[in-house]
Amino acid sequence: MIERTPVLDAVTHAVLISGLLLLLMPLWIVFVAASHDFQTVNQVPMPLWPGNHLLENLSLAWERGNFDRVMLNSLIVAVGVTVGKIVIAALSAFSIVYFSYRLRMVIFWMIFITLMLPLEVRIVPTYAVAADALRPFQATLDVLGIPLDLPEWNLLNTYSGLILPLIATATGTFLYRQFFLTVPDELTEAAKMDGAGPIRFFLEVLMPLSKTNMAALATIMFVWSWNQYLWPLLVVTDHQNFATATMQLQKIVPGPAFGEPPIWNVAMAANLIVLAPPVLVTILLQRWFVRGLISTDK
Amino acid sequence: MAEIAIRNVRKTYGKLQVVHGVDLAIGAGEFVVILGPSGCGKSTLLRMIAGLEAITAGEIAIGGEVVNKREPRERGCAMVFQNYALYPHMTVAENIGYALKVAGLAKAERTARVAAVAASIGLTDFLDRKPGQLSGGQRQRVAMGRAMIREPKVFLYDEPLSNLDARLRVAMRVEIRKLHQRLGTTTLFVTHDQVEAMTLADRIVVMNAGKVEQVGTPQEVYGRPESLFVAGFIGTPGLNLLPGTLDPAAGVVHLEGGRRLAYDRQRWAGAPAGRVLAGFRAEVARLVRPGQGLDASYEFAEELGASRLLHGSLGGTVVVVSVADGRMLQPGETFGIEVAPSEVHLFDAETGRRLPGEARPSSRQSVPVLEAV
Repeated sequence: MIERTPVLDAVTHAVLISGLLLLLMPLWIVFVAASHDFQTVNQVPMPLWPGNHLLENLSLAWERGNFDRVMLNSLIVAVGVTVGKIVIAALSAFSIVYFSYRLRMVIFWMIFITLMLPLEVRIVPTYAVAADALRPFQATLDVLGIPLDLPEWNLLNTYSGLILPLIATATGTFLYRQFFLTVPDELTEAAKMDGAGPIRFFLEVLMPLSKTNMAALATIMFVWSWNQYLWPLLVVTDHQNFATATMQLQKIVPGPAFGEPPIWNVAMAANLIVLAPPVLVTILLQRWFVRGLISTDK
Repeated sequence: MAEIAIRNVRKTYGKLQVVHGVDLAIGAGEFVVILGPSGCGKSTLLRMIAGLEAITAGEIAIGGEVVNKREPRERGCAMVFQNYALYPHMTVAENIGYALKVAGLAKAERTARVAAVAASIGLTDFLDRKPGQLSGGQRQRVAMGRAMIREPKVFLYDEPLSNLDARLRVAMRVEIRKLHQRLGTTTLFVTHDQVEAMTLADRIVVMNAGKVEQVGTPQEVYGRPESLFVAGFIGTPGLNLLPGTLDPAAGVVHLEGGRRLAYDRQRWAGAPAGRVLAGFRAEVARLVRPGQGLDASYEFAEELGASRLLHGSLGGTVVVVSVADGRMLQPGETFGIEVAPSEVHLFDAETGRRLPGEARPSSRQSVPVLEAV
C-alpha cells in the first residue's frame, strides 16, 4: 500500500527522525566526550557540543591502550574469521546443494542445528578443545581401545585459537544454500556440456555469481567477529601479544591501565578508534550488502 | 556428424516410469524432431542422450559407440537450452568460448574461433556485452554459437524457440534450418509445437506418455497418422474423428445417429467390421447444402484470413471444416459436409491405432501445406 497524504508523510518522517535521533544520541555523546579535556568532561551536566581536544585524546588513547598491537590482532582475527567463514559456508553449501549423497539432508540439518548452539552455549567444551585440539581424537582412540598417544596441540594464545572456533557458521551455509538453489539447473547443465568439472564450475561460475552474497556475508561476519568479546577474553591470557581491541576497551574504564578516577574523554576516544573499522567496512560494502540480501541481481 | 542408435531405452524415477522402451535410429546428418505434449518424456529422452540424465535401462550409441557410462563432455553433443542458460557474468565472447577455455586451448586460438563463430551468426558487434544486455533472439544466437564452437557430432535442441515471440520464432526457425544445411550435423530437436516440427524436420518422432507413437517424414505423419493421438496432435486443427461402425460389405461407416460415411473400400480391403473412428482433415472437407452430406449444426467460426474454420456439432461430436468463401452462417444453422472416400482415415475404436488391412498407397497425393504461424 502506498499512501500519498501530506499529513501522514509528515507524521512518518517525524517518527523516522525521532528514531534516528534516539539511535544516534549515544554515539554523539561518545564523540562529544572524546573531544573534551578531562575537566570539561567531568562537569555536570556534560556539554553537548564538541570541544577541540579530539586528536589529542585519540593519540593518547592509541598510545596508552597499546592499539598498535591490539588493532592489528583484531584485524587479523576479524579478517581470518570472515574469510574462513565464507570459504567454509560456500563449500559446505556447494556440497549440500550440488552433490547427492545419502547423508546430505542429515548433514544439512546438523549444520542448521548449530544455529541453536552458539559459542556461548558450548563455551566450556570448545575451550577444552582449544586447549588441546587433538583431544576429541584421543578420546575416540581411547574408546576404541587403540593404544596410540597423540601429542597435545594447544591453541590457547594463538591466532588459530582465536579464529578457528568462530569459523563454523550455519548462517553462512544457509545463505549460500539459498543462493545456490536460485541458480537455474540449466546453468549447471550447460557447464557440464561445456566440459567443466565441479571445481571449475564452483570457481568460475558460482563464485562470480555470488559476489553480492559474499559481500553481504563478509559485512555481517566482519562486524560480528570484530565485536567478539567473550571468546578472546577466555582464550587469551597473554594480553601483551594477543589481546583484541574489544578486550582492551574493557580495561580502560576504570581499570589498571588508566586508573582512578575514570578518564572518560580518553576512554571514549578509544571507543571511537575501535568503532571505526566495522563502520568503514559496512560503508564500503553496504551497496553490495543490500543487493546480496535482496538477491535479485543475477 | 554421427548416427545415433537408441535401443529399448527406459527411464524411471523411483516407481514412476517416464520413458517406456524407446527404439530409434537416427542417421548421420539427419534433422529429427521429437514432438509431443509436455510431460511425454521427450526432453528426458534428449537429456539421456546428452548425458544429463542417467539411463535406467537400454542403450544409447552415438557414432556406433555406446555412451551410457560416458560423461556429457565425452559424448560429443552440444545442447541449446530452452532458457538459453548463458553464464550471466561472462561476456558473449566468454560464453561462446568457455568450452574451449575448459578444454585448455590457447587464448589466441580461442579468440580466433570465437570471432569466426560470432561472424557466422551475426554476433560480431556484441562480443563484449553481457547476456543481460541482449534481446531474446540474440541470446538464443549466443546459445547456438556456444554449441557450434565445439564442432559437435550431434546438436541437441531442447525447446529452444518457446521463449521467443512469434515473429522471432519463425526467423530463428529459418536460421536453425540454414545452420543444419551448412554444417550437416546430426540434429535432434525437441518441441511441443507441431508447426515447428513440420517445418524443420527430415523426420518427426511423435511421442506420447513415454512411448513413440509414430516416426516418419512430416508428410507421412500428417497424411497417414498411425494412431488417434497423432491424428489429433498433428495439423491445425487435428483430424476430425467421428465414432461409428464399419460395414466392409457396403464400404461405409455407419455413424451414430444413422448417418453414413463412405470410405475407400479398395484401399481398406482387409479392414474388419467393428467399432471404428472415421477421420478426415478439415482442409479436405467440402461445404455442401444441408441434406447432401453429413449434416452438422453450426456453432462458431475462427477467422484465419485466407480461410475460416467452421466449428459445428455432428451428432454431438465436434467437427471443424476449413472453408475459403466468406458466407456467414447463423449459430444453430445446419450445413452439409462432404468428404471424398479417399480422404477418410479409419482407426480402431478399441486400440486407438490405425485400422489394419489398409493397402499402402504407392505414392501419396499432394499434401496441403500447413499455414505458417
